[in-house]
Amino acid sequence: MTALKLEHVVKRFGEFVSVQDVSLSIEPGERVALLGHNGAGKTTMMRMILGLTPLSSGRIEVLGSAPGSRQARRHTGFLPENVAFHGALTGREQLRHFARLKSVPARVADDLLERVGLGPAADRRIRTYSKGMRQRIGLAQALLGQPKLALLDEPTSGLDPVSRHDFYEIVHELSAAGTAVLLSSHALTELETSTDRIAILSRGRLVANDDLASLRRAAHLPIRVSVTTTDENVEEVAARLGGQRINGHSVELTCQPDEKVSLLGRITGLGEVIKDVDVIPASLEELYRYYSTSAGEKK
Amino acid sequence: MSAILSIARLEMLIARRNMWVATSVLLMALFSVVLTLAGAGTGANLAASPLEVAVSSITTLSVYLVPLVGLLLSFDAVSGEIERGTLALSLSYPLSRGEILIGKFLAHFAVLAFAVAVGLGLTGVLAIWQNGGPAMSFAPLWRLFATSLALGSAFLGLGYLVSSLVRAPGVASGLAIVIWLVAVVLYDLGLLGALVADGGGTFTKEIFPWLLVANPADAFRLLNMPEAATAELASGLSAAGAVSGPAGQLASLLLWPLLAMLLAWAAFRKVEP
Repeated sequence: MTALKLEHVVKRFGEFVSVQDVSLSIEPGERVALLGHNGAGKTTMMRMILGLTPLSSGRIEVLGSAPGSRQARRHTGFLPENVAFHGALTGREQLRHFARLKSVPARVADDLLERVGLGPAADRRIRTYSKGMRQRIGLAQALLGQPKLALLDEPTSGLDPVSRHDFYEIVHELSAAGTAVLLSSHALTELETSTDRIAILSRGRLVANDDLASLRRAAHLPIRVSVTTTDENVEEVAARLGGQRINGHSVELTCQPDEKVSLLGRITGLGEVIKDVDVIPASLEELYRYYSTSAGEKK
Repeated sequence: MSAILSIARLEMLIARRNMWVATSVLLMALFSVVLTLAGAGTGANLAASPLEVAVSSITTLSVYLVPLVGLLLSFDAVSGEIERGTLALSLSYPLSRGEILIGKFLAHFAVLAFAVAVGLGLTGVLAIWQNGGPAMSFAPLWRLFATSLALGSAFLGLGYLVSSLVRAPGVASGLAIVIWLVAVVLYDLGLLGALVADGGGTFTKEIFPWLLVANPADAFRLLNMPEAATAELASGLSAAGAVSGPAGQLASLLLWPLLAMLLAWAAFRKVEP
């Protein structure tokens, strides 16, 4: 069964159209990253999937049920943006409460606290926690009861690089166990390796929805090739390859994806003067910028 | 059911740590003790039982205090969660909004019951200590306890209603104070003004008694004012109370909590966190 299906979803707030005709589906075990500027409609989309706010038109199906239905909520884990808890409670009290709401044994909550590295702080008031620690409680509660769908809104904000790495490891385990994961993020670089598909929302519209390689192909963004030469030959190499000299010993070239192999052939044909070659495909940032500006929308 | 209990448990923890429990208990205990001791001096002259005098003065006080405690416990229940951002997460769990509201109500009701019980318990103990227990009837004390809980429940419900309607806790607290002022002070003043203007006409005889009992605070007052001597001592409301009768007063006091909770639920269902 498809874990999440959106069909022509529209959300209006008065005149303002927050989400415009978005269709998207996620299969079990798939990790989909939802990218977009602030105000692009990511959070609104998640709120509609949770049934917290009604759609203006279109249809959403969560695990075969209506969004917000008890059936859907039982199998959905949610980590809100800037997750907050009552400061007077301890992490353990809060998590065990959520466990009871999901009919999960208290032991599972305790294990999860350990899993997200909060074991030693579990019995301290949440008021004393750092932002990262609150984020971990938020992640732990989203994992309760082995959700079939995990919605993670800006899950890595406030986490240091090590915690981010741990976080994506947990996401990987989740998806390996069959959970469909939809996560939104600003931190683009970390998504390159840790998601299966990328969906880009721009001003409420879904402007891209594919895996990274396909997005790169479709965008036809130039590939950068950086050539390192010996110092004496840098001018000559730049002239012969038609590239731009950037310092005393390297030259930068750009080419379309289909010209890459022939260009590399020309470079190696120069022989001894070439010391090193780096091929840099379009980064996620560049792709994101491409798809979220008008160039992407026209396609 | 387990969801309701879990919410109630969590809310009790929060109420205890936020010092709401301590504050409510202290408030009720302090006033009950002071009024019981103050009443003990006057009882002898008026030939009323000392407990009746104490109950009468505590009733007068509870009309102000119990609604206040109820509103203080409840005004933050929904708006506070919206502001903190905890409501969206709670609503993503498989439980209904009705369950959330009932869970919170159970916790706050327990806090209120505990505070009132401590206050009235102290009154009972003091009365026994001063006059010797066996001969005394504790019925007025029990009646005061039960009706205080009904009164408090009505204002808990009104607090949730306000909290769901306005979203911002600051505004909710302001509105709660307005509700309190209207219910326990301005309403009676308005009626009094109308009585004076009417000068003993149909309004005074036909409408006023029902308007009076429609206010849970006044229904509470009428139910608890022991007849005879102390009634005159406290106020001249007993004549009006005779028209609506204890059944009408009790109905008002029991219907208000239900009505308030239903309205609160209806408002809470519309809240988008």
